[in-house]
Amino acid sequence: MTSEINSAAIGRETTADVIARILAGDTQLFHQLIKPVERAVYVMLYMLLRNETDAEDIAQETFIKAYRNLHNFRGEAKFSTWVLTIARNEGLGWLRKRSARPEEPLEPVLDESRGDFTPALLTDWREVPPEALERKELRDCLCQAILKLPPIYREVVQLRDIDELDVQETASVLGITPGSVKVRLHRARTMLQKELVPVLKSFAPATKRGWFGRRV
Amino acid sequence: MKIDCKHVWQHISAYIDGDVDADLRAEIDRHLEHCEICSAVLDSTRNVVILMADERVFEIPSGFSERLHRRLDAVLAQGLAGG
Repeated sequence: MTSEINSAAIGRETTADVIARILAGDTQLFHQLIKPVERAVYVMLYMLLRNETDAEDIAQETFIKAYRNLHNFRGEAKFSTWVLTIARNEGLGWLRKRSARPEEPLEPVLDESRGDFTPALLTDWREVPPEALERKELRDCLCQAILKLPPIYREVVQLRDIDELDVQETASVLGITPGSVKVRLHRARTMLQKELVPVLKSFAPATKRGWFGRRV
Repeated sequence: MKIDCKHVWQHISAYIDGDVDADLRAEIDRHLEHCEICSAVLDSTRNVVILMADERVFEIPSGFSERLHRRLDAVLAQGLAGG
């Protein structure tokens, strides 16, 4: 895994030490510094731009910008949070410049107090284990469900549930309050549960078979 | 305090994150013991959250990292003029 390679290479040095060395001229260390956040930056931009090529281009621009502005990084935030903030701003800037997708403004399009946030109701649930993700159909279903969320919910899901940032870090990247992060995450998870429950059912393994090989 | 299903649904996300206080958690746990609907809603929501977090869901294009670092090499070679 890249993060292991990275931690082995950087050893016990803190991120702040590594950044200080880069600023002092050991610029090659920048490669190691960004390894752990490459994936999160790409996924953030893919979710925002919904196109692989654009996401990759803007991810490259993001890291170049982060490098050129490294002297502005203040240790109060985590480096990952700082880079994700740059990525989001770059992505939004790109969307504004293109304004080719006016159908998807990122500003809250929904009155946050409205909407149906009732979960899908069911009486039993057979767990879909992570091994089921070996099936591309399942991965595609999950991807599509997340991409279908309104942008303000999609980005909270990405930062909290996919990148596993904490509430405070998520709030800081998005420029909203921790309370809003929690409300949006709750709604997003409910929408995803509602959307995915009917689909996921078919991916749950049969627990046992009854007579004549019928599933029970 | 006795809570109903709707009340439980409002707290599902916080419950999954361990972000409810002890009293409310105990109340929700008591409700879950006898309510199969809320139990299934909780289990399915948690299942969705776990699956989504898996790295396999969003694939990075092949060669992404190599292309990124190659491009950065050219930039790093110029040094940190502004810094």
